Amino acid sequence: MIRLEGITKSFAGKEGAVVALDGIDLTIAKGEIFGIIGSSGAGKSTLVRLINLLERPTGGEVFVAGERVTDAKGERLRDLRRSIGMVFQHFNLLSARTVAGNVAYPLELTGQYGRVEIAERVAALLARVGLSEHAKKYPRQLSGGQKQRVGIARALASEPQVLLCDEATSALDPQTTGAVLDLLRQINRDLGVTIVLITHEMDVIRRTCDRVAVLDRGRVVEEGPVTDVFLHPRHAATLRLVREAEPDGGSLDAVAASDLGGRAVRLTFTGAAAHQPILGRIACENLVDYAILAGRVGHIRETPYAQFTVSLSGRDVAGAIAGLRASGVDVELQAGIPLPQLEERPRHVV
Amino acid sequence: MSFENLYWGDIGAALAQTLAMVGGALLLTVLVGLPLGILLFLTGRQQLFQAPVAYGSLSFVLSIIRSVPFIILLIVLMPVTVLVTGTSLGIRGVIFPLVVGTAPFFARLVETALREVDRGIIEASLAMGASTTQTIFRAVLPEALPSLLAAITVTAIVLVDYTAMSGAIGGGGLGDLAIRYGYHRFQTEIMLVCVAILIVFVQLIQASGNRLVTHFSRK
Ligand SMILES: Nc1ncnc2c1ncn2[C@@H]1O[C@H](COP(=O)(O)OP(=O)(O)OP(=O)(O)O)[C@@H](O)[C@H]1O
Ligand SMILES: [Mg+2]
Repeated sequence: MIRLEGITKSFAGKEGAVVALDGIDLTIAKGEIFGIIGSSGAGKSTLVRLINLLERPTGGEVFVAGERVTDAKGERLRDLRRSIGMVFQHFNLLSARTVAGNVAYPLELTGQYGRVEIAERVAALLARVGLSEHAKKYPRQLSGGQKQRVGIARALASEPQVLLCDEATSALDPQTTGAVLDLLRQINRDLGVTIVLITHEMDVIRRTCDRVAVLDRGRVVEEGPVTDVFLHPRHAATLRLVREAEPDGGSLDAVAASDLGGRAVRLTFTGAAAHQPILGRIACENLVDYAILAGRVGHIRETPYAQFTVSLSGRDVAGAIAGLRASGVDVELQAGIPLPQLEERPRHVV
Repeated sequence: MSFENLYWGDIGAALAQTLAMVGGALLLTVLVGLPLGILLFLTGRQQLFQAPVAYGSLSFVLSIIRSVPFIILLIVLMPVTVLVTGTSLGIRGVIFPLVVGTAPFFARLVETALREVDRGIIEASLAMGASTTQTIFRAVLPEALPSLLAAITVTAIVLVDYTAMSGAIGGGGLGDLAIRYGYHRFQTEIMLVCVAILIVFVQLIQASGNRLVTHFSRK
């Protein structure tokens, strides 16, 4: 659906050029929810703005729906933008228009719909996002979550194939964030719209996305299905983002196994395995004891997962590890994994 | 001081002239100044049609006109006024210099008002496939409406001031009456009445301007 090839983007700054994106290759499939995560200044906004050409790349090519659009202009550019909806962190609603007027705006622009048709479509869109009773209100009379729903309805008005969301939930409280993410997933399911979701929160990715790319200083440092990237982060930048979403950094801390007199392993159970008493059974069978050193349990979208770092000791540790693997558990020997050095982040003092 | 032998007829006529001058000049000022302001906005730094040379030249010319005191502008413009309107006297003769005097001021206010519109709104409009023209007329101007109305109010009050001044060189109106009777013939009461009417007039403009601004503010 979207393909970026060798994208670079630099901005002229006071002290020379600022390289915001440095050789990006990405392919986003039709109908998926693709997450792009990175810390502040990583280049996320610049990247997403390239897709609808709010920003022109310095180098490289942009393809949308198989068509090269890198230097689209005039009517072609406007057509492209109509096929790509965009949702913004700060909503960017027209304060002079009502909720219905905001949603009608993109329809009015095309000049091809009559009043009645616009009214019908607006009503349907507002019903979809659950704002029918607020149609006549002005944006300032709405809560943040409601404003973002207007933003989503507006972005869907021209029946786009792609929805770009730049930090769409970053200005919202956790509960509202959940509701807006649910709405996006529902839209993805019902309409088959491809969604590109930009965020700096791993939680948003975990709950919403199929695949994710991690952006760090203008480069994609890691990319893949969310289950892989979230449970087995490789790059230091990814690790940092995962740790931020976990109390105490979850089970990601390297453990000095020798200090514990056992074999430290990280066990990852996903899907059905997460709900079965595998660890206990195998420990019994092999006369092995285990101490849980760290862990995290939850869901990646609908898939349950459990990940523990345990120290195994006793009769047949090797047999236990083989047994766990045979039961579909992912076992990583901790000592054998060179974990990237992490600087300890200072806690926020309230 | 006595108010018995006031020339109410003259005062009424002068008020009508002032209204006509302010109204006509305001209309033309908006018609000339609004496009100029939009042009300044569009060509400005980091804006939709960033064009430093165009912006710089326009800005320079407008600033020059604004730095000439209005009374001097009136005199300097006289030959041009005669060329454009056929006379330098009366309402017709005075509206041209009034517009030249206030349009640059109004254009600046328009530029500032448009610049205050959230960039995110412009970006959202473009992202939805709007052309620049559509973005200006359907998003930026409506968003800036309260500020534009405030700018028109301020400009109208400046015009009241300028019409009084232009009265001095044959423009007519309340200012002219006040100067002719109050200053040249020592009939202070006429001057006082004229000034009182001007005060009420300005208050009315300000009050109705404020009401309009409030009415259209949705923020
Ligand atoms: N218009 C611009 N002019 C100059 N530099 C820019 C511009 N836009 C972005 N940059 C620079 O490019 C880099 C990437 O910015 P970008 O906004 O894409 O980051 P981001 O990942 O979206 O960050 P955030 O999470 O803070 O929104 C930053 O160093 C920023 O200063
Ligand atoms: Mg950003």
